[in-house]
Amino acid sequence: MIWKIILLAVCGVFAGVLGGMGMGGGALLIPALTVFFGVDQIGAQAVNLVAFIPMAILSLIIHLKNKRVQTKGLLWIILPALFCSLAGSFFALSISGSLLKRLFGAFLVLLALFQLFSKKIESFFTNKKVKKHTEKI
Amino acid sequence: MENSIKQKGYMAITGALTGLANGFFGGGGGMIVVPLMIYLLKIKTKTAHATALAVILPITLISALVYFLSGKFDFKVGVPSLVGVVLGGIIGAWLLGKLSADWLTKIFSLVMLVAGVKALVL
Repeated sequence: MIWKIILLAVCGVFAGVLGGMGMGGGALLIPALTVFFGVDQIGAQAVNLVAFIPMAILSLIIHLKNKRVQTKGLLWIILPALFCSLAGSFFALSISGSLLKRLFGAFLVLLALFQLFSKKIESFFTNKKVKKHTEKI
Repeated sequence: MENSIKQKGYMAITGALTGLANGFFGGGGGMIVVPLMIYLLKIKTKTAHATALAVILPITLISALVYFLSGKFDFKVGVPSLVGVVLGGIIGAWLLGKLSADWLTKIFSLVMLVAGVKALVL
């Protein structure tokens, strides 16, 4: 029991380090909880959501103090996001755990591919812009 | 940020996609909202990372509440994980800029790829 607690905390530390570096710790914590600790998908997602809150509050306070947050017009993003996150949560709770796990797997694969090729995607967009620009000239 | 109708529409789409994914998958909102802010809304990278938190925090609070009230949060698993995540977050913030994020991102992406395929197929 004590070992399980320690191992859980160690997993949390790894996920937190990635999260603190801005890489999305949940992508590590959720699979770790389901694979190594036998937690079901929805339970792992619940833990990840709750675990994110204290760090996010601290980071946001620091960013607000440093005036890095662009608050103008932000409600145009936050209000639809709030509504859709409620819908997403209820949807996740209503489908079967195995389907949710598979969809989560697909989501992880897409995010991983995006991260692996983010530089290429970026240069694709910037090259396109450069081309457009020269065409105008 | 340009305050046109089109820009507001893009903002609403950004919010909707982020909220849907974050609520449904219990996370990952940051990995969606940051690229959308940079490429679609044309916000500077540093500002996007900071502003993303202002979006993700409220939606995570509301999703966490829904999951919690449905009895999906297991304290025996959740409390040790949470303590670890907070500790790790502090270490991560401290390491930021001290470690080369480039190879770390590559390794992390490969781990995600393996975990994703495993969850998808098994």
